[in-house]
Amino acid sequence: MKITLQNLTKKFPARGKKERGEVVAVNDFNFEIPDGELVGLLGPSGCGKSTTLNLICGLLKPTAGKIFFGEDDVTGLPPENRGVGLVFQSYALYPHLTVEQNIRFPLENLKGPDKLSKEKMREKVYEAAKLVQIEGLMERRPGELSGGQQQRVAIARALVKMPRVLLLDEPLSNLDARLRLQTREEIRRIQKETGITTVFVTHDQDEAMSISDRIVVMKDGVVQQIGKPQEVYDNPVNLFVAKFLGTPPINVFEGSVKNGRLIIGGDAVLDTPQVPDCRVTAAVRPEGFLLQEDGPLQCNLSRLEVMGRDVSVVSAHPCCENAAIRSIISAENQVDLSSPTVRFALKPTKTFLFHQETGERIR
Amino acid sequence: MEKNNQKGWLYLIPAFLFLGAFMIYPLVDVFVYSFEEGYNSASQTFFGVGSYNYSYVLHDPYFLQAVKNTFLLVIITVPLSTGLALLISVGLSSIRPLRDLFQTIYFLPYVTNTLAVGLVFMILFKKTAYSDGLINLLINAFGGSSVDFIDGPYWAKMFVLCFYTIWVVMPFKILILTSALASVNQVYYNAARVDGTSRFRIFRRITVPMISPMIFYLVITGFIGAFKAYSDAVALFGTDLNAAEMNTIVGYVYDMLYGDSGGYPSYASSAAIILFAIVLTITCINLLVSRKHVHY
Amino acid sequence: MSNTPDYEKIEKSACRRRTTGNIILYFLLTLWALVVLFPFYWMILTSVKSYGSYNAERIPAFFTLSPTLQNYADAFTTVSLGRYLANTLLFTLVTTAVMLAVITLAAFAFARLQFRGRDLVFTLFLSLMMIPNELVVITNFATVTNLGLRNTFTGLILPSVTSVFYIYLLRENFAQIPDELYYAAKVDGTSDLRYLRRVMIPICKPTLITIVILKVIECWNSYVWPRLITDDPDYFLVSNGIQEIRENGFGRENIPAMMAAVVVISLPLIVLFLIFRKKIMAGVARGGTKG
Repeated sequence: MKITLQNLTKKFPARGKKERGEVVAVNDFNFEIPDGELVGLLGPSGCGKSTTLNLICGLLKPTAGKIFFGEDDVTGLPPENRGVGLVFQSYALYPHLTVEQNIRFPLENLKGPDKLSKEKMREKVYEAAKLVQIEGLMERRPGELSGGQQQRVAIARALVKMPRVLLLDEPLSNLDARLRLQTREEIRRIQKETGITTVFVTHDQDEAMSISDRIVVMKDGVVQQIGKPQEVYDNPVNLFVAKFLGTPPINVFEGSVKNGRLIIGGDAVLDTPQVPDCRVTAAVRPEGFLLQEDGPLQCNLSRLEVMGRDVSVVSAHPCCENAAIRSIISAENQVDLSSPTVRFALKPTKTFLFHQETGERIR
Repeated sequence: MEKNNQKGWLYLIPAFLFLGAFMIYPLVDVFVYSFEEGYNSASQTFFGVGSYNYSYVLHDPYFLQAVKNTFLLVIITVPLSTGLALLISVGLSSIRPLRDLFQTIYFLPYVTNTLAVGLVFMILFKKTAYSDGLINLLINAFGGSSVDFIDGPYWAKMFVLCFYTIWVVMPFKILILTSALASVNQVYYNAARVDGTSRFRIFRRITVPMISPMIFYLVITGFIGAFKAYSDAVALFGTDLNAAEMNTIVGYVYDMLYGDSGGYPSYASSAAIILFAIVLTITCINLLVSRKHVHY
Repeated sequence: MSNTPDYEKIEKSACRRRTTGNIILYFLLTLWALVVLFPFYWMILTSVKSYGSYNAERIPAFFTLSPTLQNYADAFTTVSLGRYLANTLLFTLVTTAVMLAVITLAAFAFARLQFRGRDLVFTLFLSLMMIPNELVVITNFATVTNLGLRNTFTGLILPSVTSVFYIYLLRENFAQIPDELYYAAKVDGTSDLRYLRRVMIPICKPTLITIVILKVIECWNSYVWPRLITDDPDYFLVSNGIQEIRENGFGRENIPAMMAAVVVISLPLIVLFLIFRKKIMAGVARGGTKG
């Protein structure tokens, strides 16, 4: 099922009684989610990603704009008529019902011609349970399950009605690190098996990058960039997106462009033809550094962090916004630790220039 | 930590003095009273020891009437008031505008003097030589004939008593249930809405089970409270409840102790102990039932 | 799911259903509000009707065009309503104050001090909560009578100055205060009593307020014990007073004057409630759910 968001806007009245104003949680969101894709809504907390999710599922009504499922306008439709499955951040499993009863709950709501027989319900419940591999836990109560198991039950409950759209709100945030890795693979597998168009919300860029077909980066209710994870990573449209994606984070320098060359701290470090002269913010991915004895960028060497295959060189530069510059180089390179400085050349494809005031990408 | 032994007891002395004199000693004494046959409160003497007092009380038609009244009152008011309070609380929790106003109004009976407001109910229901009273006017308007609810037939008096009792106990129940409902996480309702659960089903399958501990708590305290009903009846029918056929068990105890038929602490004690036994049994049954049905 | 339903229709019917649901809901809530409010309205209305006009109404009128305050004057002069109010005020204040002192000390001992047998005594204490008042009132009546304290304030007040439940409520709250505060105070050389007064009581003020609220309501409405222990109208509380007025005052039939007395008696608590609405409701909910 294709989902189309058209000029979607949601405003909330401001909390304080005195100041009359509005908080714009989602501002003019346009996006078409192709059928069968897994899309990650990514952004820092308070950026409007959860609001967007609630708009799609119908728990909130948009202030303006429209939502289409396929060709159907569902903007005014209550959630139950939209055919969505929603997995809550806290799972929202009913504590007084067993796993089986929890999964069966949505089926029992069906009325009229859609009403299912007991056997049919049982069959569907077991199908869903099998998909998330919890067949052995059917008689337990949610309180007796681990976080990961609860998560699976919640997904099974969302899937049992065979929704047209599956929505996940911060699905991994309540799990510990190891389970998180496992579960995100699991979500990917389930999504592939069912082919249901899935939207999930997260503040963890790692999570979004690793499993999404497409990611949407948001900030303050405004969509910053939409694209395949690698595309967005390789071609951020602005400084915010560049900073938000990638671990270790991108290294940001104050600099300027003169005569087609990028100047950082007085040294011309990179040729940038066709860029007019101006002050810029330069951002370099950790893997964008090349160790070179006569490299143009000289940094004060702090230490090395060996990570097996790679080495992370930690250094400092007066023009760098980050406290420490992290550059990742192959372990085969030899770094002279006795030297107080280290010199780098920059890879042009891993170095981005942004407008100093607006943060828009120049190159 | 050193044990400052005497000091601890020192702080407890006032509490112990009062509790010992007005709670523990009387507790023992009431059993003694109940077995002393032919106790005379003027001379403080008695003839013998035995269970005659119990058998007297159990054969006293006034006591039997009181037991019947009390049981009727309990059976009618506890389920009705709890159910009604549950509906009202659920209604209250699902609205936003005017909620505070409604909550305030609903709580008013809690802070009123039972005896005083009982008088208002009496004049609303009473039929006098001058006027049939407001409620009878309403009945007439719907085509019924007037009934004297205060001095009339038994069922009418019982109706007024139950109505007033419910009116009095509702505020507490509504308050407890609304605060229980407020503590249910909104996310469960959202989950149910996404699944297309109807209002009624949300109520039955989610709301009620989630607050079931509080509901049972209210049922148990409701039972205990209704078994001890007394001042509501006095407010409506005056102090001579035996004559009005509207006495309750507690009323019987007080009448025996001091009142028109008074001066028999032995009979009063027996009746009080019988009441205690009844309440204890019912509470135990309630707890057993609730263990089966309340989760968590 | 592909045989597309009419979305506009579903949307409209859902909207309509919600609106009718809300209308019914507000209607029912208003209905109960009327049931609650009507007796109050009726008592105020009746209290400002004159004796003559009230008795002339075969069909009670829902409003009056000639309100009078005469009934209020009657309520204070013909019967000793003022005295009942003063008695109740005195009774309430003294009982609450003494009780606060007693239970604070006891709760402090149970929560903070270490002494042999403390936990055993506390358990026995808790079991006392099961004892209904009706069981002990018989002997208390005899005790107070034998002490010659009938028709005295001492006799009225004494049995109600301790409450196992309130001690329990307060102890639970005291016990939540971290031990470190106590040790810190000890290191500074603070005495136990000073620590109780300067640290524990301020921290537990919400609970104390709850207890005061519950106790004041209880005192203002207490009927059974005062009825047993007083037969001299000079010592009547409002509940007994109103009963007395009903049976003997105003020549029995002066209902407007009776209602004026009822209004006067009901007013103090209602005014108190309207002022401290949030606190009182929170307090009753807290006290109710802990039990």
